[in-house]
Amino acid sequence: MPWYLELLRAVAGTILIFSGVAVIAAMFGVLLERKISAWIQSRLGPKHVGPQGLLQTLADTLKLLQKENIVPRRADPVIFASAVIVVPLAALLDYVVIPFGTTRAGPLIFRDLNIGVLYFAATSALVVVGILMAGWGSNNKYALLGGLRSAAQMVSYEIPMGLALITVALLAGSLSTVTIVNAQAGLWNIVSQPVAFLIFLVAATAEVNRTPFDLVEAESELVAGYFSEYTGMRFALFQLGEYGEMFAMAAMAVTLFLGGWRGPILPPVLWFVIKLYALIFVFMWVRWTFPRFRIDQLLGFSWKVLIPVALLNLVVTAFFVVVAHR
Amino acid sequence: MTGEALAFYVLAALTLASGLVVVTSPNIVHSAVALVPSFLGVTGLYVLLNAEFLAGIQILIYAGAITVLILFVIMLTEGGTGMRARQRNEQGPIGAAVAAAMAVLLITVATHTAWPRGAGTLPAYTTAAIGRSFLGANILVFEGTSIVLLVSLIGAIIIARKEE
Amino acid sequence: MPTLTHYLVLSALLFALGLFAVVTRRNSVAILMGIELMLNAANVNLAAFNRFAAPGELQGQIFALIVITLAACEAAVGLALVLAAYRSLETIYVDEINVMKW
Repeated sequence: MPWYLELLRAVAGTILIFSGVAVIAAMFGVLLERKISAWIQSRLGPKHVGPQGLLQTLADTLKLLQKENIVPRRADPVIFASAVIVVPLAALLDYVVIPFGTTRAGPLIFRDLNIGVLYFAATSALVVVGILMAGWGSNNKYALLGGLRSAAQMVSYEIPMGLALITVALLAGSLSTVTIVNAQAGLWNIVSQPVAFLIFLVAATAEVNRTPFDLVEAESELVAGYFSEYTGMRFALFQLGEYGEMFAMAAMAVTLFLGGWRGPILPPVLWFVIKLYALIFVFMWVRWTFPRFRIDQLLGFSWKVLIPVALLNLVVTAFFVVVAHR
Repeated sequence: MTGEALAFYVLAALTLASGLVVVTSPNIVHSAVALVPSFLGVTGLYVLLNAEFLAGIQILIYAGAITVLILFVIMLTEGGTGMRARQRNEQGPIGAAVAAAMAVLLITVATHTAWPRGAGTLPAYTTAAIGRSFLGANILVFEGTSIVLLVSLIGAIIIARKEE
Repeated sequence: MPTLTHYLVLSALLFALGLFAVVTRRNSVAILMGIELMLNAANVNLAAFNRFAAPGELQGQIFALIVITLAACEAAVGLALVLAAYRSLETIYVDEINVMKW
């Protein structure tokens, strides 16, 4: 295709991903979180706005849109404003390599990069820079501490996540997500790589700063961590980034471990959505069940437990792959 | 103008403009944050050069890890509070002259030499080819680099540890 | 169509920018950022030569990968040194670190 059509396709895809993620991940995800947390805590959750509380997040977004945009007095305005763009941008860039299903024309994926899994790990690493910028630009010591701790946590948990991703790519023989989904035609990777699945789930929970790893944004600890000073629509954009990244991690876990869109009778996209929401339910269930870790326990767990286990898993898998091919 | 040429000029402008902000900004945190668009521009250039594994590694390591490391050290030392100190020493004009002379020298050599074109084509999937090469012809380099990584990891931890 | 010369000119300009930062900045972290820019320029050069002048094998890209790895090592050790120096000398400006011990 000539380059202007490619550019147009990229812009259209960006708008589609942004609105899709904004509506499904952020709005519906926040509502789902409130309803599930209510069910676990034996109460009812939002019920009044719209039928059964379905329009609650829309009302919250409208409320946030008309709040004043406060910039602290001696905050660095350039960095304060650009941090808001970097975090959701890196979270939305994750969706480029996730296959949502397949049609007769080919897989439903925005661009099947042949380094898909590596690209996913790389864009998850870009979020850290945005968090440091937000923590520094707020001119607030709690925000700075929260930003530094969050950055340390995310950098520490990137390594076991990367090792789990490499193990799955080793089994399928390729870094492309479509090839990995097609390689699970016989057996889902959760059966052949349970350790890698658990490591990926734990690392994904730590990457999006969710309980039990949410020390950096707990109200009793650090006010709200790195986004304490953000108000109105900027706060909403940070939440969009966080929920969008959680959905992207769950979608990648479905693609790599649960067979993507594969399933017997229903259309592929429906299978993908069912598996995705099952994993989202697991994420939310874990959030409202476990207490949170201290920062030294959290970092020690990553470096002293997860990385050796992931490395051992990689070595054993590589050994079996070489022996099986001989 | 083909799409590839347009992409090259846009990426080159992005890289050089952010590089200019990195080297001339009086605020050190602005310099560190401007490294990210510079590295992303270089990533785009790698993609244009059919080096996609290198592009992925560039984002993962440079924009994702080295920038974070630089920002951490800025925030743990006197970072933004030293903003009122002057950031340039007295060698400004001489430094600019040396840099310009180096650029002129390199550009003259580059434009006046007829670089021969080798035979063969790049493989379509460079990741597999790089992997095979690392465990085949270049295995000594691979093992040596892993030893260097181990030594620098241990060294950095020991140097930065607080004395008790 | 960008040819080899375009990429070489770009990497020469980027190298000159990094060199300017190393020679004229007082903050040691800024000097390290200049070094990173120079290493990136060299990597672009290597990848460009691989694509245009020697596409039969991947030596250029492998060299660039090794350079990225070693740049990460050197940044880690260099920044650890800056932290240790700040702890005992209370400064990170290189023109104030001009005595051996006080």
